[in-house]
Amino acid sequence: MASDALTTRAGRRRLRSSRTGLTVLAVVLSLISIFPVLWMVTSSFKTRATVTDGNLIPKDFTFDNFVYVFTEVPFARYLWNSFFVSAVITVVALFFHSMAAYALARLRFPGREKLFGAIFATLLVTAPVVLIPLFLVARELGLLNSYAGLIVPAIFNAFGIFLLRQFYLGLPKELEEAAIVDGCGHWRVYWNIVLPMSRPILSALAIFFFLANWNAFVWPLVATNDQSLTVVQLGIASFQNQYTSNWNYILAAATVAALPMLVLFFVFQRQIVESIKTSGLK
Amino acid sequence: MSSVAAQQRRRAAAPAQAPASADTPGLSRKHREWLAAGLFLAPDVLGLLVFVAIPMVLSIALSFFQVSGFGSYQWIGLGNYQRMMHDPLFWDSMKITGEYVVILVPVLFCVSLGLGLLVKQKLPGVGVYRTALFLPYVISLVVVGVLWKFLLDDQTGAVNRAMRAAGFDGESWLGSPSLALGCVIAIMVWVMMGYYMIIFLAGLQEIPREFYEAAKLDGAGPWTTFRTITWPLLRPTSFFVLLMSTVAAISGGLDLIFVLTNGGPANGTSLAIFYIYQQAFGFGEFGYASAMGSFLVLIMVVISAVIFKLTSGGRFDDGE
Repeated sequence: MASDALTTRAGRRRLRSSRTGLTVLAVVLSLISIFPVLWMVTSSFKTRATVTDGNLIPKDFTFDNFVYVFTEVPFARYLWNSFFVSAVITVVALFFHSMAAYALARLRFPGREKLFGAIFATLLVTAPVVLIPLFLVARELGLLNSYAGLIVPAIFNAFGIFLLRQFYLGLPKELEEAAIVDGCGHWRVYWNIVLPMSRPILSALAIFFFLANWNAFVWPLVATNDQSLTVVQLGIASFQNQYTSNWNYILAAATVAALPMLVLFFVFQRQIVESIKTSGLK
Repeated sequence: MSSVAAQQRRRAAAPAQAPASADTPGLSRKHREWLAAGLFLAPDVLGLLVFVAIPMVLSIALSFFQVSGFGSYQWIGLGNYQRMMHDPLFWDSMKITGEYVVILVPVLFCVSLGLGLLVKQKLPGVGVYRTALFLPYVISLVVVGVLWKFLLDDQTGAVNRAMRAAGFDGESWLGSPSLALGCVIAIMVWVMMGYYMIIFLAGLQEIPREFYEAAKLDGAGPWTTFRTITWPLLRPTSFFVLLMSTVAAISGGLDLIFVLTNGGPANGTSLAIFYIYQQAFGFGEFGYASAMGSFLVLIMVVISAVIFKLTSGGRFDDGE
């Protein structure tokens, strides 16, 4: 009956109007979704007098808030700290995780599946829950108030190992086997064959790791109190406490902190979406 | 998973029997492979041990100690747990966590599933909608907190301005405990919906198109199609989303609470994880906080097991 309806003119019209309805719905929801972010960005170009005037478009467009944020507060330093910490974590984590994943997927050794199970189980330990003992461990190791303290504990994460292992299990083995027959050691196989082949998944994971670490707040809050080590999220939070009602400055700072992630997202959208999709299909 | 591993082993068996021609003297080929595996795995295994596994065990151990100031530990047995049982503030925070999870998880689930279904349609400009709906997820919870504090301000916030323009009275959104909790939930939905939308979208795209074509030929309407095809075949994805979002709701959101409400007003948004944080890093009560943290982990494990049971771990083959 419904298939009949599709062939009649009325049925086609109904289909078209329902599609129009869904499109309108999608547009409205999309606008609701981005509106707060848009509001933040445009408000950061307003002056103190008009920042709360309730208009989306600034009437007295100014860059002064950004100048203020960079000159009166060591915001450039915060940005550099966040960039440095996130970049080092990302590079080291990808290197370690791909090595571990390669061994788990390809090398034969006793207890391999058990070890993988144990690594997988650490996924269930969420960061906030082990915050206290992690803090004590970091204190014992002398990692508090240092770049190492911000970086080292954030590197180890079973999620990346898991995704890379799944990826390596799906790769064809012929190339590696040929190399081994030619007398290549395992390190050369990994470095010259496996790593180049994993470029797509490594770039997807790199963006994801960088984003997660740029946005991290709780661990830096606990692990540092030195001004020179302040990361950008901490900077925003304390800035907001100091300048309670100077919304023009606060929003400019927030926009500066969010902008790199927004740019990264627009450029590498496809990779981000792909890595989330893979993670959901366990 | 096990079949993949078995296949892996079978495939791996062939070259293992071949004699190693290019072997350096000393180690056999098999032992060289063990050595290589050990070296490849060492950094991550060591790191996970020191920064994840040991802290987890320490967390439970610490809960039996009184930790005062910097570095003095005193064994007090179940003392911290007894204190927890009689701490009204802790139970208030558990009650708030309960309300938060019970509202947030189903709402987030339905909204994300709805969005996933919507952006799966071949609509003009669908890529743009996916981007827009995902966008809030890439912004840090700190910035999200700052932004919404601005939007929800009693006098000058955009939300109250819009309400007053529409003829309503403005609300003191972050000024009343229940409204503030509602705001935190709504904001978390706004942040996370795009992420779970993508996961649902991936799940929906896995469902073979033939099923839908067959349903169409049988004359099934959209609701029947959803109920008999989409919902049952989406089960692994639904399980994953439910589990992930529950665990994230119980143990996450600390950043947002810090910036937006700092647990207030009148402790109305003091989630358990926030209260635990305060006890540990505000008052130095590491032992007591560890006891509450371990209790929270126990609750998470129980809830995960219940979800696992109820959804049969997201498998299809339960004879339904």
